[in-house]
Amino acid sequence: MTMPYYVAPEQVMKDRAEYAQKGIARGRSLIATTYDQGIAIVADNPSRSLHKISEIYDRIAFAGVGKYNEFDQLRVSGIRHADTKGYAYSREDVDARSLANLYAQYLGQVFTHEMKPLEVEILVAELGTGLHPPQLYHIAYEGTITDEDRYAVLGGETETIAQRLEEAWTEGWSLGEALTAAVAALAGPDRTLSGTDLEVAVLAQGNGRRAFRRLAGDELATLLG
Amino acid sequence: MTLPLFSTTEDPGPDFAGLIRRLKLPVHPTTTGGGPPSGTAGSAEFRHGTTVVALRFADGIVMAGDRRATEGHAIAHRAMEKVFPADRYSAVAIAGAAGPAVEMVRLFQTQLEHYEKVEGVVLSLEGKANQLGQMVREHLPMAMQGLAVVPLFAGYDLARGTGRIFTYDVTGGHYEETEHNATGSGGRDARTTIKLGYRVGMSRGDAVELAVEALYEAADEDSATGGPDLIRGIYPLVATVTAQGFESVPEAEVAERFASLIERRRSEGRQP
Repeated sequence: MTMPYYVAPEQVMKDRAEYAQKGIARGRSLIATTYDQGIAIVADNPSRSLHKISEIYDRIAFAGVGKYNEFDQLRVSGIRHADTKGYAYSREDVDARSLANLYAQYLGQVFTHEMKPLEVEILVAELGTGLHPPQLYHIAYEGTITDEDRYAVLGGETETIAQRLEEAWTEGWSLGEALTAAVAALAGPDRTLSGTDLEVAVLAQGNGRRAFRRLAGDELATLLG
Repeated sequence: MTLPLFSTTEDPGPDFAGLIRRLKLPVHPTTTGGGPPSGTAGSAEFRHGTTVVALRFADGIVMAGDRRATEGHAIAHRAMEKVFPADRYSAVAIAGAAGPAVEMVRLFQTQLEHYEKVEGVVLSLEGKANQLGQMVREHLPMAMQGLAVVPLFAGYDLARGTGRIFTYDVTGGHYEETEHNATGSGGRDARTTIKLGYRVGMSRGDAVELAVEALYEAADEDSATGGPDLIRGIYPLVATVTAQGFESVPEAEVAERFASLIERRRSEGRQP
């Protein structure tokens, strides 16, 4: 009979974290930033049909990086949560904070109890109202949740990208300025990204009840200048 | 609440009604499959909505509904809404038991938006019409108890570039109309009026006026249909769906259409 080796819990957690981080770092990054009319989300994603950014509810959007099938499952469950909550109570009662908490709990649960952690990092963005500022909830693979009110960077090499964005950041910038800076930060000094390499969406005031809108084609090209 | 996650074999997909059934939310009987309460509805008074009409015009469709809800012989509500946007390119109007009808519309709206968000594409107009048919069919046990809901569905078919109208019966059967239809207690009078005044390829203005005239005639003949209430300023709800999407016709414009309708009838020497 073979005896199982003893592995220290610290080691188990460290291995899992490394595994998840490696998976996430393999994918491309994503930036969400506030601007004068709302929130813009820019993903380095050449696919036109496999989206990283999606609508959850009237004023809430979702974005994910890492393994597509894993964050897509989270995206769909977020839509289900929001739609059932809005149906059972009222549309006003659906908020990003409670959804972000559910995501954090689920990711934390999987990280500690399952064989394999989820190789994803997700973002729940909510457009501000007169009373509340816009919110960006950044949830990591192990369930750590942070809320930002300016910008969030998800994926691999987040530190260098965030540093580049921080240098360009201006309070209350326009959509064009925000997108140009976000694209430059994602691309870095050695690459250039054009409209066709990107997936871009906004949560904007003035879009009516459903604030989410995708930007593509000529409209995006004009904004990027 | 927990995150609604399902195993791959149990996943309801983009079906919202299936989702709430699986989550066992205490909601509308049409979604839970529960039967109606025992006894007949005839012993109690329920709110009923009445006449709604839809007709095609050059750029899409016009849909209109009167504002009266009745409970037996009493007027229950003077400013009820019976015409709703189903999504960006379609509209739904209801006649029948008001409670279940409004609930059905809410479920239908959520269903269409849910599908769109989960799948990333919008259902075809035919697909939307079928979905509503399924909801009406699931409501059949309630209809047999006297709580019938008969919707009217119309929208702009982006693939075909034309407006289309669908009517329903209580069994969920749905039928595409070529040009126009009306349903509800004053539906017969409204249909006759539209039939007499209808021309293929009408302008928006003419179509709105004809819809308003049909409701006016229905209100004249049917006690459960409300006419324009000039004293309180309550007019029928009118909406259009075109390639630009769902748009409500402003109340001021509906009031103006009524005024010109009466004016025209007087000048022609007819009864206003």
